[in-house]
Amino acid sequence: MTPRSRLHVPEPPARPGQEPDFSYVQISPAGATPRPDVTATAREIEPLALGMVRVLDEEQRAVGPWNPHLEPGELQVGLRHMLLTRLFDDRMQKIQRQGRISFYIKSTGEEAVAVAAGMALQPTDMLFPSYRQQGLQVLRGRNLVDLMCQCLSNTHDMCKGRQMPIMYHWGSGNIFSISGNLATQFPQAVGWAMAAAIKGEDRIAASWIGEGSSAEADFHYAMTFAAVYQAPVILNLVNNQWAISTFQGFAGGEHKTFAQRGPGYGIPGIRVDGNDFLAVYAVTQWAAQRARQSGGPTLIEHVTYRAAAHSTSDDPARYRPKEEWRAWPLGDPVTRLKQHLIALGEWSEERHAQLEKELEAHVTACWKEAESYGTLTGGPALDPLTMFEDVLKEMPPNLKEQQRELRALREAEGTGRATTPSSSAAGKG
Amino acid sequence: MARMNMVQALNSAMDVMLARDPRVVVLGEDVGYFGGVFRATDGLQRKHGQHRVLDTPIAEGGIIATAIGMGVNGLKPVAEIQFADYIYPGYDQVVSELARLRYRSAGDFSAPVTIRTPCGGGIRGGQTHSQSPEAIFTHVCGIKVVMPSNPYDAKGLLISSIEGDDPVVFFEPKRLYNGPFDGDPHKPAVPWSAHVRGEVPEGHYTVPLGRAEVVRPGKDVSVLAYGTMVHVAEAAVRATGIDAEIVDVRTMAPLDVDTLCTSVCKTGRCVVVHEATRFSGYGAELVATVQEHCFWNLEAPVQRVTGWDTPYPHAFEWDYFPGQARIAAALRQVMEAA
Ligand SMILES: Cc1ncc(C[n+]2csc(CCOP(=O)(O)OP(=O)(O)O)c2C)c(N)n1
Ligand SMILES: [Mg+2]
Repeated sequence: MTPRSRLHVPEPPARPGQEPDFSYVQISPAGATPRPDVTATAREIEPLALGMVRVLDEEQRAVGPWNPHLEPGELQVGLRHMLLTRLFDDRMQKIQRQGRISFYIKSTGEEAVAVAAGMALQPTDMLFPSYRQQGLQVLRGRNLVDLMCQCLSNTHDMCKGRQMPIMYHWGSGNIFSISGNLATQFPQAVGWAMAAAIKGEDRIAASWIGEGSSAEADFHYAMTFAAVYQAPVILNLVNNQWAISTFQGFAGGEHKTFAQRGPGYGIPGIRVDGNDFLAVYAVTQWAAQRARQSGGPTLIEHVTYRAAAHSTSDDPARYRPKEEWRAWPLGDPVTRLKQHLIALGEWSEERHAQLEKELEAHVTACWKEAESYGTLTGGPALDPLTMFEDVLKEMPPNLKEQQRELRALREAEGTGRATTPSSSAAGKG
Repeated sequence: MARMNMVQALNSAMDVMLARDPRVVVLGEDVGYFGGVFRATDGLQRKHGQHRVLDTPIAEGGIIATAIGMGVNGLKPVAEIQFADYIYPGYDQVVSELARLRYRSAGDFSAPVTIRTPCGGGIRGGQTHSQSPEAIFTHVCGIKVVMPSNPYDAKGLLISSIEGDDPVVFFEPKRLYNGPFDGDPHKPAVPWSAHVRGEVPEGHYTVPLGRAEVVRPGKDVSVLAYGTMVHVAEAAVRATGIDAEIVDVRTMAPLDVDTLCTSVCKTGRCVVVHEATRFSGYGAELVATVQEHCFWNLEAPVQRVTGWDTPYPHAFEWDYFPGQARIAAALRQVMEAA
């Protein structure tokens, strides 16, 4: 037969009804990956793109050169942030199911990727997250009421009712405005970091992107500019195996690790166990130190698993085995850190249950307060006329005219408040 | 005849074309195994195979660029962009490449790419799931721009788009996917099964591009609308009791000037309606066209009813949406003018 080309179409290892199979995930033993000096050349660091930095071993003891040797107190803080993030997510999902907010996205199973990385940075460092790193808000001490009010589009909404739930921003907390358009934040973080270097500051930037979104050209812009200018930036690629219904093979993960893209641009690429709090902390600390010493950018691939649905508009049972998350070989970040602390003698199941209760109560209290500032259907409401503000710094004549028109229309209709029926369609990103 | 909603009609159009023409391929984010986030490609991969219905990496520029390459190499790609709000990473490939390929090569090369994309608001999608960017495509020469208002037209227009040799950007008003939404979110949703245009032949048929349709004859004023706004205008006309003629533009480029201007010359009054923002919106083109062709027949200044010139705000969807009240006000205003 004459040879001819044939299109390769990636296929995930398992579809609904099949046995989950994660044999494609290459895992190194904990402690096995060497830790190069932060001044090492990109070439010396190349092997890290293929291996996997792991600190917690099977018994959840910290081993090897990447152990960041955190104080138990710090570990407890980390556990608390991750647990709070999870409970917050669970609650908001429930609230969405009750029709009290229009949409939600959980980060279940990926809490370490945000919390551990964020904790290894300075509060002055600037963060450019995607929509799945609410752990960053939590660890930087954001009042959950603020996040809830955003999801409610109520009178205390930081976005003044303009954005779908979870599109937070926090200028004073150094967390950038989340975009609904994938990947845009990645090269913006590089620009922010370039500005820090131009101004001679000590601050660095960090950004997060999904593995699926790394197919966008913005990923390439970020990598090229970061490499060219050796920008002080940490580029986190969150490989949670899924991008809505397509598995990581559709982003190019079948042929190389995502971390290996780093060396292709001349940037260190580190592949890390994203569910290992200590490992994520350690590689972030390493990359941050390197960036602060003019060592330039680092690409970090966090290997993790999207345990939840993509969003409240999604039903993963249509495209992956229902129980796939149970087979995920890197476990759960909250459970693993908890076990580690217990192994250290610094935690117990009782204390954990106690903490969970305390945080649950905290979430409940926050929700109560948030609702008092207005809900989709009742209580105080934002003034729709504010929608014309902030388009430009000063309202242009056409918008002043349109604002007048809407005011007159509302007065004519005697509209007391905007009633807001809930959505009908599925599919929101 | 079958009863179909708009999603099923679009699905049927692709199904028919995949079966009839081996050159047709469907590609886009989540369109393959999953069948699309709005289910528009549900079942197509199972039926026509993985080489005809392709999941793609998340890269709109890549989707449109590779569709162009496929088109140049003899295929007829139907690319889905998951939301019109996410088409911009592919904009350069549309404007600089797809739209100009035939012209710049003096006909030597062309790419018959159809780009389908859901547009419009009303689903609480906020500023990144609600946009109607048709005007930034109608402003580009070398592509056709289409927006259906019902399942029957959706299928017939999509088949025409795929069969044609020119590139088409095909906007799907997502608020119409399940029923003919009349602009009142407080009323229970009406399904397409209760609407005559929810009757859709199962097989092949076409609705020609470049033809508008008078969907409600009348003598007092012409309402020019497309997509969701056709149904909102119908409701507003009913509410006012004004004998308006409603013209569904259907294809924004090339424009059916004849049908539109025959109507306006007859009625002598005109209201233009779209959901997109007003400034430099497609309505400006319609108003200019009417002015050029109907000036001596006009009894009143032409009115535009549009979305405000702001991004689509999540919480104020219904204050933003150019609903029945605003259309009715415009109708009364043109009627009152001497
Ligand atoms: C430019 C753009 N294209 C498409 C979408 C729709 N969309 C939203 S999330 C998503 C999947 C992203 O997957 P990934 O990057 O892996 O992130 P994850 O959801 O797994 O965190 C898609 C396709 C979008 N929001 N923006
Ligand atoms: Mg992902």
